[in-house]
Amino acid sequence: MLDAVKTPVREEEKGINNFGMQRRNMLKIFGVSAALITVASSCDKDDDNPSTGGINMGSGDVGILNYAYALEQLEAAFYERVVASPYSGMSALETEYLTDIRNHEVGHREFFKAAITAAAPTAVLPSLEFDFSSINFNDRMSVLGTAKAFEDLGVTAYNGAGQLISDSSNGRVYLGLAGKIVSVEARHAALIADLISNGTFADTTDANGLDTARTPAQVLAIAGTYIKTKLDASNLPS
Amino acid sequence: MNLQNILSEIEKVDPEVYGRMDSRRRAMKEFASISGKIALASIPFAFSAMFNKAYGQVTPSVTAVLNYALTLEYLEAEFYTNIVGSPGYLTASAAAQGALRKIRDDENKHVAFLKTVLGANAVAKPTFDFTAGKGTGAGPFAGYLDVYAVQLAMAQTFEDTGVRAYKGQAVNVMSDRTVLTAALNIHSVEARHASHIRQMRRALDAAIPADQKPLKPWITLKNSGITYSPAADAAIQKSYNKEEMTTQAGVNIIGLGGSFQTDKAASEGFDEPLTMEEVLSIVDPFIV
Repeated sequence: MLDAVKTPVREEEKGINNFGMQRRNMLKIFGVSAALITVASSCDKDDDNPSTGGINMGSGDVGILNYAYALEQLEAAFYERVVASPYSGMSALETEYLTDIRNHEVGHREFFKAAITAAAPTAVLPSLEFDFSSINFNDRMSVLGTAKAFEDLGVTAYNGAGQLISDSSNGRVYLGLAGKIVSVEARHAALIADLISNGTFADTTDANGLDTARTPAQVLAIAGTYIKTKLDASNLPS
Repeated sequence: MNLQNILSEIEKVDPEVYGRMDSRRRAMKEFASISGKIALASIPFAFSAMFNKAYGQVTPSVTAVLNYALTLEYLEAEFYTNIVGSPGYLTASAAAQGALRKIRDDENKHVAFLKTVLGANAVAKPTFDFTAGKGTGAGPFAGYLDVYAVQLAMAQTFEDTGVRAYKGQAVNVMSDRTVLTAALNIHSVEARHASHIRQMRRALDAAIPADQKPLKPWITLKNSGITYSPAADAAIQKSYNKEEMTTQAGVNIIGLGGSFQTDKAASEGFDEPLTMEEVLSIVDPFIV
């Protein structure tokens, strides 16, 4: 049913015989932003290595599904708290939007829980514990700033995870699902950015007008601040 | 859109297009026979069916997908270029004008990026008729340059369609990790644009059906959130059909995690893809 532990097999170069030159151009374009990401992440990575010890997130496609599930758990837990204890001065519009986003993120979390449990019942991550002590839930800017960070992180995480999904019949389904979710995360990200400063909905784009992608290691190094449960991401595809 | 020209355009980037359709002669014959038998208005659908037959079983090449993306980006870039500075645009607030310029700039960058990636294989920019009149200048969106609310309605539809179009092609470029990641990195930017345009439309509060308010940055059910004229509404609705899904990979989302998980919330949380054929049928009236 599921090629969970199978190493992704890629049909590299198939049908793209004329693509060599263009691919090099693209790599050149991407080289710049990739280098910047490397520099940025090497600055961040002075804390715990998320790849040692803790709950095994798994490998192959199930590992990627668990990775998405972990991030959706983080987002859903955050917004559940935001909606349960609104910051002072939350407007009606903000309440409406943040409640909608809570609903979407809970839907994503519960979807992954159900889907992974059905596909790989022994490999599904448990419910994680979070540490939100660095967030002042009574302060608008603390909450919206964190929301923006989480949404932008989610977009870069899904954008980076796509290429780690196996080119298989199951993989096509998973990539399709990731695609359905990431654009909703991007809609959230733009809205939150606009709530903080109207017109900043796409300020994340690079010189080519593209969003960026992060690897699981880069994402978990950032998200790790908020995830109390220790995770072992060392078997995730890269 | 001249369909024979499209076949020629596809042939430039996919020399096997006629092989996929058995032969050029048969493709032309099939098309001629189709055109003779059916009403003009149905041609895009018949063409889509033929295209589907040719490509349905075969994954389009990465180059074909990139040219498809480039064509959509040409459309968006020229649309925003046309409206910036137009009478309708000049009635908007400074913040709204700034947002439209930002989006125009992003779309122009997407065009430049895809052209760089495709190099000599890049298709040329088509001629557009943004009234959706196929060159007559008298389609359902005639006069769009004068009416800001119509410009935003069109912008929303183009952005939401773009999101669905990229989403539909992700699996077709899986074999090339670099192209897949680039496509995803554009896909999410289109979604950011859609989110903001929807906020602008909500603030303007024009051309939104009363029973579809409040308009959200995300897509509720299959609501376009747009009403303008019967012809325009019908054209726009094609970009929102099938967005109302509430079951994903066999999992019913309604009720998951709480009673707040209504059909509306469940549909909003997941955007749905469109096939290449569906998108070509949507943009066809805009291409001369």
